[in-house]
Amino acid sequence: MSNVRVSTTAKLFLLIGFVFLYAPMISLIVYSFNESRLVTVWGGFSMQWYVALFQNQQMMAAALRSLQIAFLTATAATVLGLAAALVLVRFPLFRGRTLFSGLITAPLVMPEVITGLSLLLLFVALDGWIGGRGMLTIWIAHVTFTVAFVTIVISSRLREMDTSLEEAAMDLGANRIRTFFSVTLPIISPSLAAGWLLAFTLSLDDLVIASFVAGPSSTTLPMVVFSSVRLGVSPEVNALASLLILAVSIGAAVSWWLMWRAGKARQRDLQNAAQE
Amino acid sequence: MKGNVSRDWRRWLPPRHWLITAIPYAWLLLFFAVPFLIVLKISFSEAAIAMPPYTELVEYVDQVLTINLNLANYAYLWEDALYVSAYLSSIKIAAISTLLCLLIGYPMAYAIARMDPATRNVLLMLVVLPSWTSLLIRVYAWVGILKNNGLLNNFLLWLGLIDQPLAIMNTATAVYIGVVYAYLPFMVLPLYANLVKHDQRLLEAASDLGARPWRAFFTITLPLSRAGIIAGSMLVFIPALGEFVIPELLGGPGNLMIGKVLWQEFFNNRDWPVASAVATVMLILLIAPIMLFHHYQGRELEAARR
Repeated sequence: MSNVRVSTTAKLFLLIGFVFLYAPMISLIVYSFNESRLVTVWGGFSMQWYVALFQNQQMMAAALRSLQIAFLTATAATVLGLAAALVLVRFPLFRGRTLFSGLITAPLVMPEVITGLSLLLLFVALDGWIGGRGMLTIWIAHVTFTVAFVTIVISSRLREMDTSLEEAAMDLGANRIRTFFSVTLPIISPSLAAGWLLAFTLSLDDLVIASFVAGPSSTTLPMVVFSSVRLGVSPEVNALASLLILAVSIGAAVSWWLMWRAGKARQRDLQNAAQE
Repeated sequence: MKGNVSRDWRRWLPPRHWLITAIPYAWLLLFFAVPFLIVLKISFSEAAIAMPPYTELVEYVDQVLTINLNLANYAYLWEDALYVSAYLSSIKIAAISTLLCLLIGYPMAYAIARMDPATRNVLLMLVVLPSWTSLLIRVYAWVGILKNNGLLNNFLLWLGLIDQPLAIMNTATAVYIGVVYAYLPFMVLPLYANLVKHDQRLLEAASDLGARPWRAFFTITLPLSRAGIIAGSMLVFIPALGEFVIPELLGGPGNLMIGKVLWQEFFNNRDWPVASAVATVMLILLIAPIMLFHHYQGRELEAARR
């Protein structure tokens, strides 16, 4: 029932909220094209900071490393998250479930400094087993803190899914494995994609946890960015930020379009079904 | 026909479900739960010039087993005013920021929940989108806006509202702006998820019975959205309490937060036992909020299940 009007005050609040959320990002993009090194003085249009960014060997190497870690993190976190979501939604009762669901929700809110410090101390304790600190330790740390987010995304889809489709497949003689792979998995696949992307961005953005568990030769992109912005405003970082915002916007636009198309198709199917 | 179909969930499980439970369970136990025990252990040891830089708790030399429980780190935290005031100011900053997020986020979530479904999805995506770009970069954007010769001061000077730049950068105000900015989406999302489920007929009934919109809001909508308010508040309060990046980039030396203190103990002073004690005390402070979050999050999930 949406016949209750949205009041003007509420709309105004929404507008102010969005200005607050987006103004800083827009200022980053605008000043990434600034000729002047002083970020707040407009010196004319220029692409020089983008050129400088791509010539910055250290930043490019770190970016490549971060993308690799993010890719591997997202893939592992999606597999573990799918398993955890199945456990949470489909196994209502088993011994240790309370602890398990606690292990899923706690990482969602745990301050990063605590996660980072505790994982580092674990890696130091396991020194002989895990080898030195580096990409492997960052990957393990990132998988650990992103699994919770992926699990929440997948389990909410799994929960609202219509189980009668699975029942139908089983009644038609498909075994559990077949049913899972040809019915359940395709239905929840949008949430797998969403979870993968979420883990990818969380891993790509992480500064604090990576700083704790990284070795001296495994500097990630946020660590390089952090050390350069700590010294003040740097136009190269503005260029990097703009590229990141561009990538996220494209991703969002594509996923919105896919959702819109899926919604249309579902509506059409429903109409067809109603007509028959 | 339908009566014959078993409602037992277990039938639809993929096989070997113990393996499906065991893998994520073992991962999280080993990499999330066990590390806390190690933090606790090291918080009772002494700093040493060695690698790793702390003493062992349990020693077995010449058939003598000695267990050294060193409480000095905790005593040090208690006696040095720096730590106590850092904890207190972190709690204060996190609490006020949570309240500000609620005051800004509630009307936003409310407005979005009242839109038609197509608009809702677009607006919701616009709320989430910023948190998909790096937090570090978004906080850094505020440096360019808030500093003395930054965008905000230039704008206000140009308007003639002020004669000289406001000193916002490196103050508590800047930290509040940063925290509210970074965590606002985490407040809006659970509030929206709650508000969108409300039955609008309740408000119609209230209005038919003569209640003014504000009265209806305070007696119906607000109490019904309690679970969303608590979930959103905890999603902001808990991580904000241990925030490092925001006080580091926007705050000044006066705005000590415990996450930054922990970082400095670890990276600058290389005192792992004290850093562990700082983390342990922070965890103890956070147990109640985390349980509260877990309870309400679980309840929301249960509600979604029905």
